[in-house]
Amino acid sequence: MTAVAVQPSLGRRFVAGLGTPSGAVFLLLVALLVAVVVANPNFADPNQLVRFLARTAPIAIAAIGQFFVIVSGEFDLSMGAVIATQVVIAGNVIGQDEAMILPGIALMLLVGVVVGVVNGLLTTVAKVPSFIVTLGMMLALYGFVRFLTGGAATGNPVDSFREIGRGLLLDTIPYPVIMLIVVGAAAWALMRAPYGQTLLAVGDNPVTARLSGTRTVVVKTSAFVLSALAATVAGILLVGYAGVHPSIGQGYEFQAITAVVLGGAVLGGGRGWVLSAAAGAISLELLFTLLNIAGIDATWRPTVQGAIIIAAVALGGVAWRAARKPSAPAAAARAEDPDPAPPSKTTTPPITTTTGEQ
Amino acid sequence: MSAVVGARPVRRRRLSTTAIVYLVLVAVVALSAVLVTAAGKSFFTAGNLAAILTLMSILGFVAIGQTLVILAGSLDLSVPYVVSTASIVGAGIMAQGTAGILPGVVAALAVSALIGLANGLIVTRLRVHGFIATLGVGLIISGWLGTSFQGSFGSAPPEFRTIGATLIAGVPLSTIIMLACAGLAALMLHRTRLGHHLYAVGGSAQVARLSGVRTQVPVVVAHVLCSTLAGLAGLLLLARTSVGSPTIGSQGGYDLMSIAAVVLGGTLLSGGVGSVLGTIGGVAIFAVLDNVMSVLEVNPFLKDFIRGAVIVVAVALYAWRSIQRRPPRFRKEAGA
Repeated sequence: MTAVAVQPSLGRRFVAGLGTPSGAVFLLLVALLVAVVVANPNFADPNQLVRFLARTAPIAIAAIGQFFVIVSGEFDLSMGAVIATQVVIAGNVIGQDEAMILPGIALMLLVGVVVGVVNGLLTTVAKVPSFIVTLGMMLALYGFVRFLTGGAATGNPVDSFREIGRGLLLDTIPYPVIMLIVVGAAAWALMRAPYGQTLLAVGDNPVTARLSGTRTVVVKTSAFVLSALAATVAGILLVGYAGVHPSIGQGYEFQAITAVVLGGAVLGGGRGWVLSAAAGAISLELLFTLLNIAGIDATWRPTVQGAIIIAAVALGGVAWRAARKPSAPAAAARAEDPDPAPPSKTTTPPITTTTGEQ
Repeated sequence: MSAVVGARPVRRRRLSTTAIVYLVLVAVVALSAVLVTAAGKSFFTAGNLAAILTLMSILGFVAIGQTLVILAGSLDLSVPYVVSTASIVGAGIMAQGTAGILPGVVAALAVSALIGLANGLIVTRLRVHGFIATLGVGLIISGWLGTSFQGSFGSAPPEFRTIGATLIAGVPLSTIIMLACAGLAALMLHRTRLGHHLYAVGGSAQVARLSGVRTQVPVVVAHVLCSTLAGLAGLLLLARTSVGSPTIGSQGGYDLMSIAAVVLGGTLLSGGVGSVLGTIGGVAIFAVLDNVMSVLEVNPFLKDFIRGAVIVVAVALYAWRSIQRRPPRFRKEAGA
């Protein structure tokens, strides 16, 4: 985790970064984009592209949120249920009353924070595996939401609120795209800040991080809060896009995890780059678009998604292991680490855009 | 907290986690009996007990398999799709009549075992995390199911359907088969070399490998057995519903519910610690809860809420216990 003594040139680091799974997803993204444009030249129209980006914004934002939890070594399965909860809150609390928009958003953010804190504290203080905590949270929230709504669409927030999800700034750029850029930039800054480095350290080796003075409870809990807040933002966007129904958001947790993994993050924590998670989400959507253009039934989507994540993780594992072989920079890093590294996740990380810099 | 533990060097005899699971089960049954009686109905009727045991059987099959996989340090999220596939394959072959029963069962189980083999090989050979490997395989199958089958498919002959309806001394035949499978799995875990290796690999693959255990074999076997048991669950559902259905597994939510039942039964999600007996206790707790909520006509959506709360609280209790139990080797210094 320490800075490598000799900092390679920016260009060299860029190329080396593309070789890691977190960088390779951008190559995949470009390749898919080219393929889609070749198959359907209309897609290259900036309007189309922007609209596509607006459509993927909710899942990309959800993936960014999920990234924080995964990189800290945990799971958040409650994400889809949080989205559903927020959507239903928007429908029922805001309703047709413009004056309720701000209090409504404040309430949604508060609910997000509470869900994140509960998830985080049960995981860190009560030591329940996050898989179980967030599964329980998912069941509880879905049950609660469906109990409140009776399982049907209820309430419809005012159009000015729904504008957030479907409106255009200056009639050109959709608000979701702006939201995605803002969230992405904030997440990128956060991962470069000491907080992000600590989060990676906690995910890589919680014991070492704790012994080095990290307050793991606070760090991990805040990751869950970030995830729940990302789900809240995704929910706000989805209300505008798709309206109010308790089934909105279903399956988002697995799709977000898929995107994060496709973005090269390692389950178990400690490795990954946050913008690659967003790139993973966009790549997945591009792939679906490509299948659509190719005239393949939408029912085959899960199959493609499944094959892709297995291939991505298998290849990613090979790449991570290859990066650990004693090439020049890795050997320099190893010199500081006299123990031969066991082939588990507690090894010297290869140079990536996230871990190599300080 | 640590000071109290430190002041008591003599270790008291403690209840095993499995014993606690069954104590919780007894408490849940007692509470249920009181609640049901208060509502003016009767809990301990033969019909109601048979209903609970029937509820146990399907989730029981899946949870036994899931226990093996989790003990080996992996996870299986593909079970719901294996359940559906087995019901489809079985129903497709049995549609020709009584002669199709045996080929149908064999084919369904063989397909299930193959899926398990694929899971196991992806986890061990390609070194993909079990979560991702089985999520991916599950998605692949669900795409095939969703594309090739709309609505129900095939049918089961009446002779096969009797399996779902037969009671032996008040106990459903399906539950007896499930308990027999649980017994075999427990025997495998505690009496065979493979079982011991499975615990060893789940506890620490690294240490197991350095001790000369072939770490890949137990993981692959666990995955194959898990999928085969899920296939049995699918066949049982077929016997009950009499038609194959491409969505019957995912509707049941067997992936997450079976994992929850396993953890509720005291097995560690990280592998290496736990038992099939505990899992059966966990499944029974779920079945009793479900049954009581149906008898009391609790809103179905509120059921999920209660289930979620029970899972988290129960696991928090076990986790709290294991923190307490940790030997006071390294006492916390003030301010450390």
